Amino acid sequence: MKEETSNNSRRKFLKSFGISVGAAGVVSSFSLIGAAKAAAKKPAEMVNLLTQDGQLVQVDKNQLRPTVNEPLDELQKRGREGIPGKSFVMVIDLSKCRNARKCMSACQNHHQLRADQHHINVLQMQDADHTAPYFMPKPCQHCDNPPCTKVCPVDATFKRQDGIVLIDNERCIGCRFCIAACPYSARIFQWTEPKDAEKYKDLTYNIEANVPQKKGTVSKCLFSADRLREDKLPSCVSACPNGVYYFGDRNEDAVTNGTSGETVRFSKLIEDNAGYTLMEELGTKPRVYYLPPKNRAFEFNGDLLNEENLH
Amino acid sequence: MNDLPKQKETNLSFEKIKKDILHPMQNHKGLELWIVFLITVISVCGWAYYIQLKDGLGVTGMRDYVSWGLYIANFVFFVAVSLVGMLISSILGLLRIDWITPISRIAEIIAVAFVAVAGLVIVLDMGRPDRVLNVMIHGRFQSPILWDVTVITTYLTVSALLLILPMIPDLAICKKELTKASPIMKKLYNILSLGYINTPEQHKHLHKMIRTLMVLIVPIGLAIHTVTSWLFAATLRNGWDTTIFGPYFVAGAFVAGSAALIIAMYFFRVNYKLQDYITDLQFDKMGKLLVAVCLVYLYFNLNEFLVPGYKMKTGDDIHLKELFYGNWAIMFWASQLLGNIIPIILLVNKKFRKPLPIMIISLFVLAGAWFKRYVIVIPTMLHPHLPIQNVPENFVHYYPSAIEISVTVLSFALVLLIITVLSKIFPVVPIVETAESKGIEVKIDA
Repeated sequence: MKEETSNNSRRKFLKSFGISVGAAGVVSSFSLIGAAKAAAKKPAEMVNLLTQDGQLVQVDKNQLRPTVNEPLDELQKRGREGIPGKSFVMVIDLSKCRNARKCMSACQNHHQLRADQHHINVLQMQDADHTAPYFMPKPCQHCDNPPCTKVCPVDATFKRQDGIVLIDNERCIGCRFCIAACPYSARIFQWTEPKDAEKYKDLTYNIEANVPQKKGTVSKCLFSADRLREDKLPSCVSACPNGVYYFGDRNEDAVTNGTSGETVRFSKLIEDNAGYTLMEELGTKPRVYYLPPKNRAFEFNGDLLNEENLH
Repeated sequence: MNDLPKQKETNLSFEKIKKDILHPMQNHKGLELWIVFLITVISVCGWAYYIQLKDGLGVTGMRDYVSWGLYIANFVFFVAVSLVGMLISSILGLLRIDWITPISRIAEIIAVAFVAVAGLVIVLDMGRPDRVLNVMIHGRFQSPILWDVTVITTYLTVSALLLILPMIPDLAICKKELTKASPIMKKLYNILSLGYINTPEQHKHLHKMIRTLMVLIVPIGLAIHTVTSWLFAATLRNGWDTTIFGPYFVAGAFVAGSAALIIAMYFFRVNYKLQDYITDLQFDKMGKLLVAVCLVYLYFNLNEFLVPGYKMKTGDDIHLKELFYGNWAIMFWASQLLGNIIPIILLVNKKFRKPLPIMIISLFVLAGAWFKRYVIVIPTMLHPHLPIQNVPENFVHYYPSAIEISVTVLSFALVLLIITVLSKIFPVVPIVETAESKGIEVKIDA
């Protein structure tokens, strides 16, 4: 299984490599660094890259930087507007989650986070004393009545027309009111200099990925808004090996499974599986839907901590 | 009941009042040393803040779950104490209660010092203090922080006016009498006294202005602490998500403020030798006032803890058990018992309302009030709706770091410095009002 995953990521690398470097300059931002990292797992520090004029060059792995072509103003403007006509939703099938945590690491890679910083966190849940435990991936719920954006004094965190709640770390003053206001504990704060701050310091800020991260500001899950703009699924959704995530557009009533690539009707998926939202009694109106952990996709004897049951 | 020694028919003359009150301003040994000490503390602790600026808020004990800690608890405490200005000089002043005359200025000085530093504490807590102006540039009025900024600056302004305006006649006296004052101070007295010579017309206008401000500061004072409580009550967290936070905070603020005033009264009485002005009567009355506000606060505490404690909803259940007999029990019960219930029991006895005992009791009340704010802010953050998992051990607990404590000490030193400086350059007991209240003729030369 491990073999397979690494092959997979190498294939992905080649693919994104082809798009980003080969095909005339629309460098597909942040996947490059992650992919390059995967490729460079071998002791070699040099990576082969194809330049725009078709030459194969060797580049030091450390030289690789995610690139953004648009100027800051343009990124900020389109980042605040969102993608017209879209209404993004996520569905998380709890019966399939076996705590592989590929979503967490893909997310941390994408958003330049440390291993203890979570835009998405897989929690081990148990609702009551005698109910069955389950794993619950918890990203930002992208609420339609978001308690966090309400309290922001400077409009640094906001909800845009496609439903995504973003944070602008060019504006955030670090008061952390949004962290206090979020009932899902979905937000994190950059208490110290962020991971690889030195390496990324010259990078243009991309609000849709909230990178580079900035010390003294809040960070959060963005549904990988930068990837959505390129018609890709969010990092966590694509990274899941177990088919836990569906992601799509509520306006089209279609969601795509990140593992199988299968697209299904959102309303039917929710209806057939008794989908629900987290703590709906709080009135936050989340955009992340959960399917209950029924008929698990793996052997389940009530003991989640026994790894053998899960893989 | 009122078998207190009636205020003795004093042999005070206007000259003696002037001399008694002005004397410590110029001849107080040790005051300079105290100021030097405070400035040293501020400098040393300022270095701690510099480290925080340089390395980020990671030098504090706060992490993603307890993201508001000591600073915010301290901020709430400062705002609370500052409310005494509104209680004493405004509410009691409007009711024409006369025993407050000699202590109203101390109350106003406390209000100004604490609310000014409260505003600063918020900046100390910010991750990006360099962006503080964003609050003006990009301000969203939907955010309770904007309301807080608005009411705190308004309260500071009106409190400063309520300090200075009633002082105008005294400043006219300072201008005349303080011949040894530095040229800058003389200029300050000259400017601030606005040429006041106590003509009937000036007197009338001045008192009209003061009364207007006294009315004005009531809603502002209520707003400042109500809005501060809404910073918490506007969230969906267990322990904060309650409807009585506004009045609960206001009641608690009166407790903290009254205790702070009693301590300051004692200090000035002893150090400035003002026994003839800040008399046992003031301590006795303040003791009764403290009992009254403590009882109101106790009533709110009953509502705040007993009602959810009766129902024990899932989220409240974890939170309240931690407070009642869990990790927070000592701090919770100490603040309730030592900071509220025992002081009530003691202070209903007249002998505990003498200056020294009531000052000591007030120290407990004030410390209890501080820890109460701590108990309001931090445990709630440790008990979010969803479990805290996959984070390092230090995310699950909260202990303020040495740097955080130093920066908090800095804010306290700054408050004390402001109080000290104000009481050094201004008479802490109103000269003219005291004379007027004793029926002594006031004469201010042009």
